[in-house]
Amino acid sequence: MTTAPVRVPETRIPEWTGFDGLVQLISVDGQRTVGCPYWELVADVDGDQLRDLYRDMVVVRRIDAEAMALQRQGELALWAPLLGQEAAQVGSARALRPDDFVFPSYREHGVAYCRGVDPVLMLRLWRGAGLSGWDPATYGIATPAIVVGSQALHATGYALGITLDGATSAALTYFGDGATSEGDIAEAFGFAASYMVPVVFFCQNNQWAISEPVRLQSHASIAQRGQGYGIPGIQVDGNDVLAVLAATRLALARASAGQGPTLIEAVTYRMGPHTTSDDPTRYRSAADDEAWRLKDPLARLSALLHAEGLADDAFVQDVDASADAVAASLRQGCLTMPDPQPADLFAHVYAEPHSLLQQEKEAYEAYLAGFDEGS
Amino acid sequence: MTATLSLGHALNSGLRRAMEHDPKVVLMGEDIGKLGGVFRVTEGLQRDFGDRRVIDTPLAESGVIGTAVGLALRGYRPVCEIQFDGFIYPAFDQIVSQVAKMRYRNEGRVGVPLTIRVPFGGGVGAVEHHSESPEAYFAHTAGLRVVTPSNAADGYRMIQQAIASDDPVVFFEPKRRYWEKGEVDDEGALSEVPLERATILREGSDVTIAAYGPMVATALHAARIAEEEGTSIEVVDLRSLSPVDFDTIEVSVRKTGRLVVAHEASVFCGLGAEVAARISERCFFHLEAPVRRVGGFATPYPASRAEHHFLPDADRILHEVDRCLQP
Repeated sequence: MTTAPVRVPETRIPEWTGFDGLVQLISVDGQRTVGCPYWELVADVDGDQLRDLYRDMVVVRRIDAEAMALQRQGELALWAPLLGQEAAQVGSARALRPDDFVFPSYREHGVAYCRGVDPVLMLRLWRGAGLSGWDPATYGIATPAIVVGSQALHATGYALGITLDGATSAALTYFGDGATSEGDIAEAFGFAASYMVPVVFFCQNNQWAISEPVRLQSHASIAQRGQGYGIPGIQVDGNDVLAVLAATRLALARASAGQGPTLIEAVTYRMGPHTTSDDPTRYRSAADDEAWRLKDPLARLSALLHAEGLADDAFVQDVDASADAVAASLRQGCLTMPDPQPADLFAHVYAEPHSLLQQEKEAYEAYLAGFDEGS
Repeated sequence: MTATLSLGHALNSGLRRAMEHDPKVVLMGEDIGKLGGVFRVTEGLQRDFGDRRVIDTPLAESGVIGTAVGLALRGYRPVCEIQFDGFIYPAFDQIVSQVAKMRYRNEGRVGVPLTIRVPFGGGVGAVEHHSESPEAYFAHTAGLRVVTPSNAADGYRMIQQAIASDDPVVFFEPKRRYWEKGEVDDEGALSEVPLERATILREGSDVTIAAYGPMVATALHAARIAEEEGTSIEVVDLRSLSPVDFDTIEVSVRKTGRLVVAHEASVFCGLGAEVAARISERCFFHLEAPVRRVGGFATPYPASRAEHHFLPDADRILHEVDRCLQP
């Protein structure tokens, strides 16, 4: 059902020739572009794999819609929607190999889905039932970073560990255009380039950091911002799932070949609010939204599939039905999710016994027990 | 075998021992390789273990700690050197939001067993930002352990215990005591004295002085002066600042009935405040006088030619001892 992870042979790494504009393999109206060298990186993607990419994107959009609804119904405290960024997330995540490790930010629900994380587990954080949802080692994806930019250093350090281990996998970290202003991103670029570690910096430039447009964060394009560190940058159409897949494969192949870090800027658009607490009508125009709606990543892939006879009504209905099933399961899992208990507060602060914590835990348990005795 | 070593040398020996014991231990920091660190605590370790285990880093403290977090997630056990106390603040977010909370956020599935070494404190005539005592910021943060050795024997053992701990440990090294020598015994189990245990370095019956790090030697000096004046002082070396071994202090104060807490850090919201509050709760009916605190003023660390006014010396400690004896 999913695109197979493919290790791109070293001989197929196109020479990186500097910043050369937006990589696009599928045009906005769903046509294959001609002449882009990145086609070579996705030459193996046949009709079945294209359909699988479409299915992934539909399912993650459906997960996102269901989570938005759950928040509006009071079942989640907050949700950060990925609407519009399905191609950037699915295309990059499907380039990953099983032993690669992902350091995401908080909007990468589509990436977590592609790594095999049960969507119900993604909701624990947003419902307030826990601070995280899944075991990072099991899925090869860390707990999402809320402090934006911090995770780029973790990815760099993890990649340094890969180098020290003599392994050929890579670390990939996701961050947004806003995070590129953080010092930790700059420090991660510096460390990664200095040590030439196998890390991919994947920026989803969705144009908006809450209310701040990307031009406030950066005068140059984000892809260009690696160059001063000696890090090649690729600017890719983030609403083009094939282009994103190709660019990420290239970056991962460079990493595994010992060629060091790559910066990918996936140019996309946050079609929804920053989070469910945000109101984008206060800072951006309906015309902006409409312009980007015409570049919808799902509509584009759908157009390609239909134009090439790879999708018919039965296929679309089947995909929609499977997405609805995932959403129903997500809703059920959310509504039956247990709340944390008092003892959970005190668990896992430390690995080893800690006298103060133990004392506070016992005192609070005794305090709570007092209510039971009184009743 | 017993040897006479300086604190700095003892820490170097402890680091070497930890690296021999566990191949996943890697050292990271600025100038720690060929130079051996600005205080030479890592001297010779890159030569003997190679530059893949003793790693010079770019000059970025958040970068040092953040990459160490990633290394730890890959299964390594990084020991980071922050060159000076006043340079730790750029790493504050990584330490407080990432290192301290990683295990909790991941519900125990993930840990980051970092050791963060920090030369701290004043008294060496340094320029600004090189003499600070930021320990309270970290002791206040759940998820971290904070310790500081006061002498060579503890330095040798505690650095190994900190590295072996599965919890992150902020390890404050009293820089003005780096060159002070003591007997170091490299035999016996590390667990003989647990990392979070305070120790009684001198027994006495009239007043307890609780101190840690660089101030322990000053407290012992004060106790010797007091003895000549007929006052018997017990000196408790806290060693661990998070958690604090209140049991050991309590036993001492129940005996003496009086407590002075001494540290270089500013008194306001310092470790002394916590010790005073807890001991007042635990020993209220045993106390003959209010718990006294002595430490730095509510000023930034001053110019070095005035630092002797800021840093408590034996006389200032004894002044508080006197106020305990004649409340």
